[in-house]
Amino acid sequence: MAAARTVPSFTPAMLVTWILFATVPFWIERVGLYQYLGVEILIFALYALAYNLVLGHAGLPSFGHGAFFGIGAYAFGLAQSNIAPNLWVCLAVAAFAAAIAGAFVALFISHRRGIYYALMTIAFGQIFWFIAIKAHRITGGEDGLLKIERLPASLGITTFNLGSNIALYYFVLAVFAVVSFLLWRLVHSPFGRVVKAIKQNEIRARFVGYDVWRYKAAVLVVSTTLSGLAGGLFAMAQTSAFPDVMSLHYSGYVVMMTLVGGGLVSFWGPVIGAVAFFLARDVIGSFTTGWMLWFGLSFVVLVLFKPEGIAGIFAGVMKGRDKIVPRPAAAPQSQAR
Amino acid sequence: MPLFEAKDLHLRFGDRVVLESVSLAFEAGQLSGIMGPNGAGKTTCFNVLTGRYKPNRGQVLWQGDDITGKSPQDIARLGIARSFQLMNLFDEFTVFENIAIALPGTRRRGHDMIAQAYADTALVDEAHSILEKVGLAGRANDEAKSLSYGARRALEIGVALACRPKLLFLDEPTAGLGSDGRARLTDLILQLKGDLTIVVIEHDMEFLFSLADEISVIHWGQVIARGAPAALKTNPWVEASNLGRLN
Ligand SMILES: Nc1ncnc2c1ncn2[C@@H]1O[C@H](COP(=O)(O)OP(=O)(O)OP(=O)(O)O)[C@@H](O)[C@H]1O
Ligand SMILES: [Mg+2]
Repeated sequence: MAAARTVPSFTPAMLVTWILFATVPFWIERVGLYQYLGVEILIFALYALAYNLVLGHAGLPSFGHGAFFGIGAYAFGLAQSNIAPNLWVCLAVAAFAAAIAGAFVALFISHRRGIYYALMTIAFGQIFWFIAIKAHRITGGEDGLLKIERLPASLGITTFNLGSNIALYYFVLAVFAVVSFLLWRLVHSPFGRVVKAIKQNEIRARFVGYDVWRYKAAVLVVSTTLSGLAGGLFAMAQTSAFPDVMSLHYSGYVVMMTLVGGGLVSFWGPVIGAVAFFLARDVIGSFTTGWMLWFGLSFVVLVLFKPEGIAGIFAGVMKGRDKIVPRPAAAPQSQAR
Repeated sequence: MPLFEAKDLHLRFGDRVVLESVSLAFEAGQLSGIMGPNGAGKTTCFNVLTGRYKPNRGQVLWQGDDITGKSPQDIARLGIARSFQLMNLFDEFTVFENIAIALPGTRRRGHDMIAQAYADTALVDEAHSILEKVGLAGRANDEAKSLSYGARRALEIGVALACRPKLLFLDEPTAGLGSDGRARLTDLILQLKGDLTIVVIEHDMEFLFSLADEISVIHWGQVIARGAPAALKTNPWVEASNLGRLN
C-alpha cells in the first residue's frame, strides 16, 4: 500500500514569513522607514498573493486586476456609510462586491486563452475604472471617496481600536496570515491541482473530464474576492478610496510585483515582490523621482534573464550549494510534439 | 446493440471534406482496429467520436443514447477515454500526478479547495496500480517532461486508463516505439482486453491483426472495408495499404 501524498499545512517558509512580518513594527522606524509603509506592504502582499492565484497558478494573464482591488476599496467605504459601520460587515461587503464583479467578468472571459484573455481583462479593467471616475455621485469621481474610518475590530469579548498604524498593521497581518494559509491549502487541494493541470494542458484536462470553463471562472472569482478584501483593507488604511488603484498602470504594478518576486515559481514570490516594490519606491524614490525607471529597468532585466524572479534567484543559490554532491545525469529529453 | 455507434458522420473543414458518411460500431468487450493511410481521417474521426469536433451531419450513440456534439468533458464522464497520437500530457506534473489528476476520485472532489488532493491512500494506491500496469511504477516521482519517448507513450495510455473508462480509444499507441515497446504494449492491451472495449488506430498491421476482433479501413474519409482480420487479409484495399500503395 502506498503512502498518502501530502504537503505540510505549515511550512518553514510560511512561519518565517509570518514571524518576520510580526517583527516589522519593532525595527522599521530604526531603519529610517515608517509604520504606515508596513501596512501598505502587507496589503499589497496580500493582493499580490491573491493575484498570483490567477497569473502564476492558473496561468491566466489578467492585466486588469486593479479593478477588483478598487471595487473592494469603494465597497468598503460605501458599506460603512450605507450599511453598517462595522468592520466585519464592511470587509465582507468589499470581498463580496469584488466577487460579483469577478463573476461577471469571468462569465465573458473564461472561454478565452492567452492574449485574448489578457485583452479582455484589460478592457474590463478599463471599464470599471471609467465607471469609478464617472459615477461621481457614488464614488466621488476623481476626488475620491473620503472620510472612510478605521473601524474597530470587535471580537465579542474585546475590541481593538485600529486607529494607529501599528494596530492596523497587526490586524492586516492577521488577515494576511489567514488568507495566505488558506491559499496554501487551496493550491494543494483538488481544486488547486486541477487548475494547475488546466494551466499545463487545457485540452487534456477536458478529455479527462474537467469542465475547464468552470474552473477558470472559479479561480478568477476566488482571486478577485481576495483582491477586494485587500482593497477594503487599503481603503481603511488610507481612510479614503480613489480611482487610481483601478487604472491600468496600477494593475501593472501588481503584475510587476508578482513577476519580480517570482510568483511563477514560488508561492511566496509575490510577497517578496511586494516588499521589493515598496522598498524600491521609498528607498530609490528618496534619491530620485525616477524610481519607477529603475524599478522598471530591473523588471525588464529580470524578465529577460531570470524570469523566475527573486524567488528563482534564491532557489538557484540554494541549489548551487547542493551541487557539491554529484547528481545522476538527467534522463534524455524527448520532444514528441 | 453495440456499445458505441457512429452513423453517417460527415465533417468538413472549410470546403475540404475530411469525413464522408463514416459509420462505425464497436461491440462491448471487443477490440476494434482502425487502419488507413496517412491523412485518411482516422484521428479526425476519433476527434468527432470524443467530442473535440461536432460533425456536420450524422450521429454518435453511446449505449443507444445520442451523444452527438457533447463536449469532451461530458463524453469523458460517460466512461469514454482516449489517448493522443501527438502526446498530450501534463508536462510539469510528476508521472504520479498525471495519473492521479485523471482519476474519477480526484475529479469528483474537484470543487474542494481546502482538503489535500492526494491524502487519500485508496486514491494513491489506485494511481500506483495504473502506473504498474503501464510499466511506470518506478518513475512515479519524475516529471512527465523528463521521461523518454517510450515512457511518455506509456504514460499517455496511463492517463487514459486513469479515467476508468468503459471504452478506450487509442490513437497510434505504438507510433515510434521499438520492438520492445511494442511487445510490452501488446501485453498491456491483451491484459486490458475483455475488461474494456478498445478501439485502436494503428499503422502496424502485424500488431493490429494479432489483436483485433474486427477492423475498419478508412481511406479518403470513408470506411472502405470492414471485417474480421482473417477476412480482411485478402481484401485488395488492405493489401494495397499494407504495401504502402495507398499513401
Ligand atoms: N483542424 C483541422 N483543420 C483542417 N484540416 C484538418 C484538421 N484536422 C485534420 N485536418 C485534415 O484532415 C485530414 C485527415 O487528418 P487526420 O489527422 O484525421 O489523418 P489521420 O488518418 O489520422 O493520419 P495519420 O495517420 O497521419 O495520423 C488531413 O488531410 C488533415 O490535413
Ligand atoms: Mg492520426
